[in-house]
Amino acid sequence: MKSLHAQHHPLADTGYQLTVLTQAEVEGAHQPLFAMRLREAGLLPLRPTGITVMQVNVGKMCNQTCRHCHVDAGPDRTEIMTRATMQLCLDALARTDIAVVDLTGGAPEMNPDFRWFVEQISALGREVIVRCNLTIIVANPKYHDLPEFFARHRVRVVSSLPHFSAVRTDAQRGEGVFGRSIKALRMLNEAGYGVEGTGLSLDLVYNPSGAFLPGSQAGLERDFKQRLLREHGVVFNNLLTITNLPISRFLEYLLESGNYESYMDKLVQAYNPVAAANVMCRSTLSVGWDGQLYDCDFNQQLDLLVEGRAPQHIRDFNLETLNGRAIVVNQHCYGCTAGAGSSCGGATT
Amino acid sequence: MEKSTYYNPADLAKFGNISDWQPEMGRKFFDYYGEVFKEGALTEREKSLIALAVAHAVQCPYCIDAYTTDSLQKGADEAQMMEAVHVAAAIKGGAALVHGVQMMNKAKELSM
Repeated sequence: MKSLHAQHHPLADTGYQLTVLTQAEVEGAHQPLFAMRLREAGLLPLRPTGITVMQVNVGKMCNQTCRHCHVDAGPDRTEIMTRATMQLCLDALARTDIAVVDLTGGAPEMNPDFRWFVEQISALGREVIVRCNLTIIVANPKYHDLPEFFARHRVRVVSSLPHFSAVRTDAQRGEGVFGRSIKALRMLNEAGYGVEGTGLSLDLVYNPSGAFLPGSQAGLERDFKQRLLREHGVVFNNLLTITNLPISRFLEYLLESGNYESYMDKLVQAYNPVAAANVMCRSTLSVGWDGQLYDCDFNQQLDLLVEGRAPQHIRDFNLETLNGRAIVVNQHCYGCTAGAGSSCGGATT
Repeated sequence: MEKSTYYNPADLAKFGNISDWQPEMGRKFFDYYGEVFKEGALTEREKSLIALAVAHAVQCPYCIDAYTTDSLQKGADEAQMMEAVHVAAAIKGGAALVHGVQMMNKAKELSM
């Protein structure tokens, strides 16, 4: 499977994605503007509560081409962060007390400077989270020692596993992904990840494999723990439920399968003002592969830069100005405010 | 208004409208309904799968749509959902067949 970008698909154009997202409001007016809902809750303009997490997308290159990927990542994507841009991130970090750096991609480990970056962030005394797709660990012998590398730097590993059944996982992430993910999880467990008493954190991410919302995080976590232990001898710490946002390849799936309207209705009907107050963009700054700044990784993939009054590139980083910015919102934001809320850290209420 | 079928999928979202003509009973029903499906001695997923099986037994298209979606949301997979339908089929089939004993009893009563 090729990325939308490689297919020259109309949805590879982020302007077109935004047109699709807003046209329902224009035509039918039955999906109210997200900004209006924020206004009703007294949250407009949406302001940061203070940046505590710098999320760095080190590139769109990935060994997988998942059907729901909001990054449109894949083996055919070549955009990756250079060491010079990573250095700009380190310079910015050194001037702040931002405690957590969340590395994402693509498969972040495929960036040739990934390990150097992790070492430098650790040297600054900041916690590193890596969003590891699991299969990268077994994709090539040069990645087999990643669990030991992560353990050495006390990296928190957060990994996608959309279901405890092979059928549902492979339907979303590709044929054979479940089996390879289980193999990688065993390697992480062997390195101490997810094992009680080691302090090495291994969280799994549940994304619905289809046009429906995630259920209760606690209930799903219990099922995942029971099934993965019983059937595969695998342990982990927490399950994070993340709602699929209607952008990029998931938007393509929704449109292709005829589920777009009903999915948007579900998101809108499940709008939760408490979740709106807790959205992750209020405490996160997102850095793109080329150093540009965004309110979150979803806005990044829609090319929605932080507002013009704030610095828009990491080289101009200024914490005070960024903490005073108005966060850019659009219709896809309903994905983070539906039901129990959704963020890179799972449910928000 | 011409309609091709008695059932309209859009009516599922209007379920709450039953309260319009009897608000007090409607409120009591939906309060009870919400309470039933909360996690208790059974998990939410187990309750959803039971509802899916019952939906097939009572052959309610609205309920089948609603509890297929709900079962997926609660984390059920295809195998669990199809097993739930087989439970409904087994009970419905069994309910027919167990009356075969009554038929046998009556036949024996009437026969030499």
